Amino acid sequence: MSAKTEERGRTGWFPRIMMVLLALLWTIPSLGLLISSFRPRIALEQSGWWTAFFMPFGKEWTLDNYRTALLAEDMAGSFINSIVVAIPATVLPIMFAAFAAYAFTFMSFPGKDIIFVLIVALLVVPLQATFVPLLTLLGPEGLGINGQFLAVWLLHTGFGMPLAVYTIRNYMSTLPRDIIESAKIDGATHFQTFWRLIVPMSIPVLAAYAILQFVWVWNDLLIALLFLGAGDKSTVIVNLASLLGTQGQGAEVLTAGAFISMIVPLLVFFGLQRYFVRGLTAGAVKG
Amino acid sequence: MSNVPPVETPADEKPHRDAEALRNEKETADSKQRLVKLVVGLVGLLVALAIIGTTFQALALYADTIPRILQGLIAVVAGVLGAAILFYFLNMAVEGLPRRASQAVIPFAFLLPALLLLGVMLIFPTVQTIHYSFADADSESYVGFQNYVDVFGDPAFRSSIFNNLLWLVIVPAMTVVIGLVVAVLADRLSTNGEKVSKASIFVPLAISFVGAAAIWNFIYAYNPPGDNQIGLLNALWVGLGDLIGAGLRPVAWLSVSTLSFNDLLLMAIVIWMQGGFAMILLSSAIKSVPQETIEAAQIDGANEWQIFSRVVVPQIRGTMITVFITVLVLVLKIFDIIYVTTNGRADTNVIANLFFQEIFRTGDNGVASAIVVILLISVTPVLIYQVRHFRREEANR
Repeated sequence: MSAKTEERGRTGWFPRIMMVLLALLWTIPSLGLLISSFRPRIALEQSGWWTAFFMPFGKEWTLDNYRTALLAEDMAGSFINSIVVAIPATVLPIMFAAFAAYAFTFMSFPGKDIIFVLIVALLVVPLQATFVPLLTLLGPEGLGINGQFLAVWLLHTGFGMPLAVYTIRNYMSTLPRDIIESAKIDGATHFQTFWRLIVPMSIPVLAAYAILQFVWVWNDLLIALLFLGAGDKSTVIVNLASLLGTQGQGAEVLTAGAFISMIVPLLVFFGLQRYFVRGLTAGAVKG
Repeated sequence: MSNVPPVETPADEKPHRDAEALRNEKETADSKQRLVKLVVGLVGLLVALAIIGTTFQALALYADTIPRILQGLIAVVAGVLGAAILFYFLNMAVEGLPRRASQAVIPFAFLLPALLLLGVMLIFPTVQTIHYSFADADSESYVGFQNYVDVFGDPAFRSSIFNNLLWLVIVPAMTVVIGLVVAVLADRLSTNGEKVSKASIFVPLAISFVGAAAIWNFIYAYNPPGDNQIGLLNALWVGLGDLIGAGLRPVAWLSVSTLSFNDLLLMAIVIWMQGGFAMILLSSAIKSVPQETIEAAQIDGANEWQIFSRVVVPQIRGTMITVFITVLVLVLKIFDIIYVTTNGRADTNVIANLFFQEIFRTGDNGVASAIVVILLISVTPVLIYQVRHFRREEANR
């Protein structure tokens, strides 16, 4: 279907118009928020954002919303919290899952098939099914780490594990086996083979999964809300959700806050789009 | 016999003995090395554990005095580096075991962190939840099926189940359709046109549910009649009224529960978000449809629709199913978007939000657990499909 040169000449008006309409439909909501975030509170309450869009001059524009969101609502602090949550919660599952995927691909051991099928099954288990016992386990009567970053890292690492193992193993099983065999003959241990051969060869899938997991953790509300709470360790998303809850007083702050929360995932997506798309298609189309 | 000089044998045996001695020596050296590895590995494991443990304890103790950025930095380094070092020593210890044992144990050393986490964070709590669902509010004594009886008797639950079903019927299918339409249309544009249009559909995929709710706030917002409408939908609605002279009154859209209209509006947000995901996968599937199959159909005189429906679609069916199931699982446990928009008001509640309310409003572990067990049971068909699909794939490998 991608014989571009041949088809471009025949592209009719219908696909073009449809596509423009769809693209507009998809962009307008975000555009509304972006414009609103630069409008002062009174303007925001009295007229629609599109009035400012169509008559951009003579309107008041302001950065106050961003200032208030960052300082008064401590979006700046939440931003740091989100980074602190998201980086280990991305690196740890990839590291552990890559080890496991290596074992599933290149080693044989009793129970291998059953364990892997279990992991496939865990792919679809709703996380909610784990929350009541985990609140007890991590809470003051258990490990006592509820409300700390450590708890959220462990949770995201555990919850991300099935998809990570599954995707990375799918990729690893496409690597040429004889390279591993010859490494073994040369006397390399599994640990060396893993770090020096398999990890460098698996970079595409590791990068793709990293992007997916990072954005997922960054955008997560449920786990951060339950296990970190809305205090001084709240992530940008939890902070934003509480701003949404207190609408009326702070609609203008909400708009700026929403954009602050989106910057990082958008940068990650567009900066690393190629890896992301390749990994998604490699992982999902096969699976 | 005594004449025979016993010369040959010792001379013959000597190098043999040497070789054996050498091998013995090598083996002792090897086993020494192994012992060292085992000891260093185990000691390293303990020391690393102690250091990591102390670091986190210190972090918790001095949380108020250390600046947050530094705290974060220490935590990130200790967490990531600590895990790497732990694993390094674990491996060393395993490599230090006698060869046979080492060979048998090493796969499990590679699997240990993953399996441990899966066990503690997913398997154990899920089993425990099923267990709790048969116990009372504080999980202290068994109540049989009482929680389930209560849950099914609760009209709020029945309404949530109905809404979840509605989400399941509409959202995955619509997402696949949108993704397919965009993928097909974009494929016919110029390279730049394709890039721009795809990017515009792709953006919402990076946005959180909470961010999306903030965005759509400016679409669905409501102001009393007479005021300027700041929500796009109401502005269009009132404007339409002015245009046709009917004087339409602004509507609080998310409160309109007639025919589940507000549910549909919330679904639109999720379809808007997930369309990009469907588009990416379907677009790459369409591009990998062999050109020859299309040309063959053209030669046979098939029109565009026939080519699409009979040549392209059958070849991308696998991807369509993948997208459908991914969105299906997402929708089954849909929570965030409801929590931050209506929080279940005006008949928009769903199971996952009901569960959340149950934990915090009533603190009833039994009922909350029963609700998620029902959620768990409803994913079972998908789960079985996934496992079967995986088995088929493996057989074809």
